[in-house]
Amino acid sequence: MNSLKIIFDWDTWQEIFGSIAKNKTRTVITVIGVLWGIFIYISLSGSAKGLDNGFERQFENIAMNSMFIWAARTSIPYSGFKVGRSPQLKIQNTTTLKQQIPEIQFIAPRNAKGVFGSIPAQVVRKNKSKSYNIYGDFPVYTKIATKKIYDNGRFINDEDIKYERKVCVIGERTQLELFEPDEDPVGQYVRIDDVYFKVIGVHKFIQGGGFETDGDIFIPFETYRKLYNTGDNVDWFTIAAYDYADAVAVEKKIKQTLKRIHRVSPDDERAFGAFNIGEVFAKVMGFAKGMTFLSLVVGLATIFAGVIGIGNILMISVKERTKELGVRRALGATPGEVRIQIVLESVFLTTIAGIFGIILGSFLLAVINLLTIDKTDFPYTNPTVPIPLVLGALLIMVTLGTLIGLIPAQRAVSIKPIDALREE
Amino acid sequence: MIEIKNLYKSYKMGNSSLQVLKGINIEIEEGELVAIMGSSGSGKSTLLNILGMLDVADEGDYKLDNVLIEKLDETLAAKYRNKFLGFVFQSFNLINYKSALENVALPLYYQGLNRKSRQKTALEYLEKVGLANWSSHLPSELSGGQKQRVAIARALASQPKVLLADEPTGALDSVTSNEVMGLIQQINNEGKTILVVTHEIDIANMCKRIVTLRDGVILEDKKVKQVLVS
Repeated sequence: MNSLKIIFDWDTWQEIFGSIAKNKTRTVITVIGVLWGIFIYISLSGSAKGLDNGFERQFENIAMNSMFIWAARTSIPYSGFKVGRSPQLKIQNTTTLKQQIPEIQFIAPRNAKGVFGSIPAQVVRKNKSKSYNIYGDFPVYTKIATKKIYDNGRFINDEDIKYERKVCVIGERTQLELFEPDEDPVGQYVRIDDVYFKVIGVHKFIQGGGFETDGDIFIPFETYRKLYNTGDNVDWFTIAAYDYADAVAVEKKIKQTLKRIHRVSPDDERAFGAFNIGEVFAKVMGFAKGMTFLSLVVGLATIFAGVIGIGNILMISVKERTKELGVRRALGATPGEVRIQIVLESVFLTTIAGIFGIILGSFLLAVINLLTIDKTDFPYTNPTVPIPLVLGALLIMVTLGTLIGLIPAQRAVSIKPIDALREE
Repeated sequence: MIEIKNLYKSYKMGNSSLQVLKGINIEIEEGELVAIMGSSGSGKSTLLNILGMLDVADEGDYKLDNVLIEKLDETLAAKYRNKFLGFVFQSFNLINYKSALENVALPLYYQGLNRKSRQKTALEYLEKVGLANWSSHLPSELSGGQKQRVAIARALASQPKVLLADEPTGALDSVTSNEVMGLIQQINNEGKTILVVTHEIDIANMCKRIVTLRDGVILEDKKVKQVLVS
C-alpha cells in the first residue's frame, strides 16, 4: 500500500483511534505534555503582544517621534559670556528651527504657569475658586499631542490666536470643581487671574507621559502673552519630527541650531535640556520586542520539550506493545504499515494536544483581557497571537511529532516479529 | 504443500555458534495434520518459525504451495504470512484491547478488505469455533479455551494454505486441550493443512503424522492412527 492511501484510509484511522482510545492513561499523559507546551507558547506570546499594544497605547496621545526642548544654564563660557547664563527661548526661534531643520514636521512653542516651579493661576467661577496650571498654546500643538475634546467643544484655533481671544479649554477636573454637575461649561465664563475667559471646550485627560494633568487650562498663546506679559519668550518647544527621521539626531540638530542662535558654545551639553519621547519609545518598544522574542523562544522550547515527551512515551508504549506489534506482523502487517501507524499516532496526539492547547491558551488570554480591559494605567491591551504564528506552531508540532514518532516507529520494526512474539 | 530440503540454521551465541537445525528434509501434502515433536532444544520451534517465515534459514530450500520462499525481506515475508499462513500460539497472543471480533478481523485488515466484509467474515469464523455470542467480548473476559478458539478463528480468517500451531494446548488444562484439538481435527477434516508443534505425546497422537526431532535432525517420521477427540 502506498502511504498516501494509508493516511486517507478510514480503516487506518480506526486502528489509530482504537489504539489511542484503549491506552487512555498514556494518551492523556502524552497530550498534557504538548498541550502544556502550546498553552505556554500561546499565552506567553499573546501576553507579550498585549504588553506591546499596552505600551503603544501609553504613547498614543503623543506623536512617537516627538520631544520637548527647553533652555537650562550654560556650563561653558563662550563669546564673552560667563557660565551659568540662562538662554531665553524666543518665539522667533520657531521659524528659524523649522527653516533650518527639514526633519521637523510640527513645532509648537509653549508657555505655562504652574509647572516647573512657577505659581499656578487662580481661577474663579461664581463662588468657587481654585488654582490651576495655565498653558499658552498654538493650535499646532494638537498635531503633536492629541487632545480629545468633549462634544460641542473645540480646541484653540487660528482665529483665537489672530484676534487674541480670551477663550480657554478646561480640564475634566476643572469642570467638576468649578461647575455644577448638570451644567454645560461651554459658553460660560471663568476668571483667570482677574481676566474673564469664555470656555470653548473640555478636554479629556489621557494618562501617559508628560506632566499634564486633568485640571489643565489651555488658552491661546497670544492671549497668554498679553495676560502675563511674556513678550517673545517661550518656555519650551514641543517638536514632532517626521516618521522617517531619527529622533535622537533631530534633537542634536535642534540643540546645535539653538546654541548658534543664543550664542552658546557648540560643546555645551547642558545649556538646553530635552526629553526625547522618540528615544524613550524606541527603548520601550525594544523591550517589548525583546519580550516577544523571549516568549517565542520559551514557547517553542516548551513545545519542543512536550514533543520530546510524546516521543518518550511512545517509546515506552512501543516497548509495552512489542508483543502486539509482533502479533500484527505475524498476521501480515508490513514494517511500513507498522511504522506509519506509530507515526500517525504520534502526529494525531500532537495535533489534538496542540489544538486543545491553542484553545486553552486563547481562553486564558481572553480572561486576562477581560480583567485588564478597564485598567488604563496597566500597559496591557488586546493580547493576540497572529494566526501565522499559531499555524506555524501547529506546523512545527506536526513536523516534530512526525520526526519524533519515527524513532519509536523505527524501533518497533527493528524488533523481529519472532523476538516480539517471544517477549513476555 | 510444504517441501523442505537440507535446511540448516544456527544461532550466534557470542563467539561460538549453536547449530540448531542440521539438515532437515520433509515433505507435507495438502490436508495433512502433522505433529512436530521433540524435547526443548530439539529445534522444533526454530523449524516452525522458519516455516512461518518469522525466521530465515541459513541454508536449504523451502517451497510452500510450489512457491520457492527466498530472498525474504520483512515486507515480502509479511505479505506471504498474510496470504499463506495462519498462526496459533501457546499464549494466544490476542490483542487485549480489541474485541474477539476485531481480533479475528485483524488479518483481513492487513489483506485490505473493507470493514463490512471483514466483520462479516470474522463473524463467520467465530461462529465456526462456536463463539459467535462472544464476539464483542474482550480477551480478558474469555476463558483460556475460548481465547485459543478465537486465536484459531483469527488464524483461519485469512484463509491460509497452512495453519501453524505452536504448542496450542500448552497453556490449557486437559479438558480444554481436548476441545481445542477437536476443533483442529475438525478443521483438518475440512481439508486444511495443519502443523502442530508439541511435546505432549497425547496431543501428537491426535494428529495423523508425527515427526520427531532431536538435536536438529529428524529422528522419526511416521504416520499414526489418529486418536479422535470424542
